[in-house]
Amino acid sequence: MLGGVCGALARRIHKDPTVVRVAFVVFALVGFGVTVYVLAWLFVPLEGEPDNIASRAIADPRGIAVAIALLTVVGLALVIVSAFGVSWVSSMSSSLLIAVAGLVLVWRDSSPREQEQVRHVLRPVADLLSVSSPSRRAIAFRLLLAAGLFVGGLVALLAHHQTGVSLRPLAGLLLVMAGVVVLFGPWWLRLARDLVGERQARARAEEREEMAIRLHDSVLQTLALIQRKSGDPVEVVRLARAQERELRAWLFEDKAIGSSDVDDLLFSEAVRRIQQEVEATHGAKVEIVVVGDCELDEALRGMIAAGREATVNAAKWSGAEVISLFAEVDGSGVSMFVRDTGVGFVVDGVPEDRKGLSDSIRGRMARLGGEARIRSAPGAGTEVALALPRGSQPSRSAQSPAGRRG
Amino acid sequence: MSADRTAARPRVFLVDDHALFRAGVKAELGDHVEIVGEADEAGAAVELISERLPDVVLLDVHMPGGGGAAVVEGVRRVGGDGVRFLALSVSDAPEDVIGVIRAGARGYVTKTISGPELVDAVRRVAGGDAVFSPRLAGFVLDAFAELSAPGGGGAAGAALPAPSFDPELDQLTAREREVLRLIARGYSYKELAQELSISVKTVESHVSAVLRKLQLSTRHQLTRWAAERRLD
Repeated sequence: MLGGVCGALARRIHKDPTVVRVAFVVFALVGFGVTVYVLAWLFVPLEGEPDNIASRAIADPRGIAVAIALLTVVGLALVIVSAFGVSWVSSMSSSLLIAVAGLVLVWRDSSPREQEQVRHVLRPVADLLSVSSPSRRAIAFRLLLAAGLFVGGLVALLAHHQTGVSLRPLAGLLLVMAGVVVLFGPWWLRLARDLVGERQARARAEEREEMAIRLHDSVLQTLALIQRKSGDPVEVVRLARAQERELRAWLFEDKAIGSSDVDDLLFSEAVRRIQQEVEATHGAKVEIVVVGDCELDEALRGMIAAGREATVNAAKWSGAEVISLFAEVDGSGVSMFVRDTGVGFVVDGVPEDRKGLSDSIRGRMARLGGEARIRSAPGAGTEVALALPRGSQPSRSAQSPAGRRG
Repeated sequence: MSADRTAARPRVFLVDDHALFRAGVKAELGDHVEIVGEADEAGAAVELISERLPDVVLLDVHMPGGGGAAVVEGVRRVGGDGVRFLALSVSDAPEDVIGVIRAGARGYVTKTISGPELVDAVRRVAGGDAVFSPRLAGFVLDAFAELSAPGGGGAAGAALPAPSFDPELDQLTAREREVLRLIARGYSYKELAQELSISVKTVESHVSAVLRKLQLSTRHQLTRWAAERRLD
C-alpha cells in the first residue's frame, strides 16, 4: 500500500492485487517480505512512467556524486566518534553508511509523484521533529506523555528483578505499548484517513466518468441531432423537449437515461417510453396505439426490449417517416406490432450475424415463451409481430372498477 | 348536390382556433375540395355551417367556447342533418375524441395525416363512410374491451380500462375487432382489404358498423368508460 507496489506488480503479472498483497504479507511473516517489497519498489516502474527508480539512479551521475560525498562525510564523522570509544556507533556504522547513501539516491531519482507521496506519508513524523510546527504545544505534550509512559514502562520492566511479582512485566509492556500509541497514533489515524479519502476520491472519479458517459449517450447525441435538423424548428423543439424530459427524469427522479429501466412502469407507459426514446434518438415519428394495460413482469420487460429493438430497426433502416406501434393486452396474452411502410427487405436474406433481428427479437421472444414473426418484402414495408401468451398471468382487469359498473 | 359531385369535389368547412393550422390544411387539400368557409370558435361555426351547409366539416376537438362536440350538437339542433363531421386533432384525451364521435362525427384523424390521406378521408366522410385513424381504432378497442370485461370486485381508485375478453358480452364481432386491430397497426383500408381477402367496400361497411355501435349502443357504459379514463 505504501509504495503502491502490490498493485503495480499485480498489473505486471496480470493477477488480482489482493492476491499479491496477501502473498506479500505471508512473505513478510516468513521474514523476507519487506526486503522484496522494497526491491520491487525500486525496480517496478511507476504506472505511466517508462523506467524504475533503480535504472534512473544508475543514469544519474550527480546523484551518485552526492551519495559518495555524503558517504565520506558520514564515514569521517563515524571515525571521529569511534575515536572517542563509543563502541555502539561503530558496530552499526557500515549498514548505516550504505543505507544513507542509498536513500539519497532513491530520493533524488524517484519521480515527483513518488516524492510527493513519500513526503505526504512522512509529514507527521517531520512535524513531530520540527519546531516550527503550528501544533507544537500539542506535540510537546504528546512527546512528554509518551516519554513518561516509556519511562514508567521501563521502570516497571526493570523493577521486575527486585520484586519478582509476575504481573509487573505485563504492566510495563502495556505502558510501552501505550507510549507507542500516543506517539504514533495520530500518524496511523492520518494514514487511515488518507486511505478513506483516496477511496472517496476514486468513487467520485468513477461517478463523474459514468455521468460523462450518460451525458454523451443522451445530451450530446441530441445536440448532434439538433444541429443536423436546425432547419426544422418543430423538430428541434421536439428533440429539446424530449431531452429535457429525460434529463429531468434522471436528475430529479433518479431514472436512468436512455436505459431499459422500465421498473415500476405499466405496460402502456413502457410502450410510450419506446416512442419517446426512438423519436428522440432517431428522429422518426412513432405512432403508438395501446389497448389495455397491465403491470410489467420479467417476461413483459423482455418483450418491451424486443419491441424497442424492432422499432429502432424500423427507424434506422426502413426510411419510413412514420412507424406504427400497436400493442394490446387482453385476457389471452400480449401482442405488439411494429410496422413501417419503408423499403423492406428479404427476410430470409438477412445474414446470420445480424444480431438485432435474430437475437434481440426472435431469440428473446422464444426464450420468453412467445414468438416473433417478421413480414417484409423489398418495397413493401416491414411488420414485426410479437406475441406473448399469458395463461397464468392475471391481467389488470382483476383490479378494474368492474364492480362499479352495475 | 349530386353524389357524383360530392365524391369529386366535396364542399368543406374548416373549424379550428389556429389560423395557421387552417391555412396549412387548406394548402394540403388544394384543389381537391371546395372550401366554403372557416371559423375559429364554436358559436360562429354553428351559425356559418347551418347557413352554408357544407358536405364535410373538418373539426378541431378542442376550441374556445366549446369543443368539437358542441359544434356538432349545435348544427344538429338547427337541422343541418346532411352535414358530416370529421374530427381532426393533434393528440387528444380519449374521452374528448369519443365525445365528438358520439355527438355525431363520422371519424377522427390525427393532424399527422398526410395531404393525400386527408383528401381521401374527406371524400370518404362526404360519401357517408366512417374514417378511423389508428388512434381512434385503439380507443374503440379499449372501450369495448372494458365494456365486455367480466364483472368482479376491484379497488375503485385504481381505475384502468380493463383488458379482457368475454364473448358473451362482446359488443363487437370478431371480424370488426380484426378490422380495428389492423387499422391500429397502421394498415390503410386497401392494405386491410388485401390482408383479410375482402373488398374495400366490406371494410368500409365494417367500420361504419363499428361507428354506429359507438354512437348508438351502450351509451351509458361508454360514458362511464370515458369518465374512468379521465381518472388516469
